[in-house]
Amino acid sequence: MIFKSTRIFALITFAALILVPSLIVVLGSFKTDAEVYNKPLSLPENWNLDNYRRLLSESDLEVSFRNSVLVTLASVILTLILASMASFAIARMITISGKVLATLFAFGLAIPAQINLVPIYYIFRDLGLTNSFFGLILINVTTTLPISIFILAAFFREISKEMYEASEVDGASPLRIYRSIALPLSRPAMGATAIFLFVINWNDLLWPLLLIQQSEKKTLPLAMLAYRGEYFVSFSMLFTAVMVASLPMVIMYLLMQRSFIAGLTAGAVKG
Amino acid sequence: MGAPALLLFLSFYLYPALQNLQFATRRWDGISEPENVGFRNFTNLLTNDDLFYKTLGNNIEFTFLVVVFQTALALLFAVYLVKNTKTTIALRTLYFFPTILSSVSVGMIWLFLYDPNFGALNLFFNGIGLPSFALNWLGSESSALYAIAFTQVWFHTGQMMVVYIAGLQQIPKELYEAAEVDGASRWKQFTKVTWPMAMPTTLVVMAYTTIQSFRAFDLIMVMTASTAGPNNSTSIFSTLVYFTLFNELRLGYAAAQTIFMVLTLILITWLQRIAFGKRYEK
Repeated sequence: MIFKSTRIFALITFAALILVPSLIVVLGSFKTDAEVYNKPLSLPENWNLDNYRRLLSESDLEVSFRNSVLVTLASVILTLILASMASFAIARMITISGKVLATLFAFGLAIPAQINLVPIYYIFRDLGLTNSFFGLILINVTTTLPISIFILAAFFREISKEMYEASEVDGASPLRIYRSIALPLSRPAMGATAIFLFVINWNDLLWPLLLIQQSEKKTLPLAMLAYRGEYFVSFSMLFTAVMVASLPMVIMYLLMQRSFIAGLTAGAVKG
Repeated sequence: MGAPALLLFLSFYLYPALQNLQFATRRWDGISEPENVGFRNFTNLLTNDDLFYKTLGNNIEFTFLVVVFQTALALLFAVYLVKNTKTTIALRTLYFFPTILSSVSVGMIWLFLYDPNFGALNLFFNGIGLPSFALNWLGSESSALYAIAFTQVWFHTGQMMVVYIAGLQQIPKELYEAAEVDGASRWKQFTKVTWPMAMPTTLVVMAYTTIQSFRAFDLIMVMTASTAGPNNSTSIFSTLVYFTLFNELRLGYAAAQTIFMVLTLILITWLQRIAFGKRYEK
């Protein structure tokens, strides 16, 4: 009895803690500030897109949106290619080089890349990689490589040895085996990793904040941090910005819940 | 085939990490000639910097609170939702939802909820007749860090719950059946079966949550307006390093701070392993 009633109470409380704020944001993006402050949970008096129109006309949101899409897609694709190749090397070469690779990347997994805040800023400035998408993509790829390799190498190891050996007997080169055996078989793992990387890169604030100053190069989270200063008194505008920035992720999440949940916990579950 | 990945990793992770050690022995604004000062940055931090100790204390307190509450709640909800039914799957999907949002978005949502004048939280406390609970959550020194810790737990509990569910579903059902035959209560079953069997997962969850809590940088930047909170009450290592680098232009000093950040992180993870790990490791 006690178990049952506390269970129901706890589950409903946490559900409300997530639903209520989400509703406030969704409804608030269609409201005036006065409505948001006085009746945060009521339906908007007039459903209209005024806030969205104002946000688009007053800010460079479209630009940052496009920047985020570009940087995120390039980072995810590049990371997947490099990480899957390295994972294949780690899983297949039980020799020293594979072990060294595995150890090195394990090190990167244990110690987050933000410890390199100072030297990265300095190095990128000297290489002319600040205010550059290329620079941002480079650091995104580098910082997400260890976790991606960690996830993918586990899957490549599960592919049976016989499969690899049979193709080796047939005289296939490592690159051939990687392309025609390892990659097709690891499609679910690649998908999970892709989603994980997508969310991380899309939402990242730290590296853009460190490396990007020009407003036309800003990514969405960085642009939103600036709105927070500009629209500080207008929560309806902030909510509208939150909606625009989150909508792509929310839609994808609703369409592919299972893959999202698998992808975003792969790093921890596979451990 | 690992060469391209290795090249990137060496150039932009390992090499900077080593360079960071060198930076830490310098006094440098990033523009003029660097000056070699040996270990003075370290001794200054340890003997002559109140903000450093405040940050260390904040960071440890923040990590401790987040790890304890997030792990406990994640385990609780995992136990509640471990069976696969329509309702539990729907609730899991809902609980997991905040994880996909950006920390900037999450920060903005809670910025509103905590707002002293308009915030829904104070509206709620005033509404149920408890106006003394209506505080200036983010604006006062005594509550800002806790308010952000709560947001962090809200943000990632669902994610860790899913990790726990995967772990709990591995526990053989026979163990629970045997316990039930012996007449063990639900609480007994939890302490004698679930808790010890889930220990490997607990270690993973705690390690993951610890690293995550060190990255609360984004939330703090948004929620306390690109500062470290009233009277530096929400200063943690990552914000400290950032402000030393950008506001004070002291590259060497910031580099020395990151070294203490790593040491603290390693120490906390190590203590967790000692406290929970030893008895259960294979």
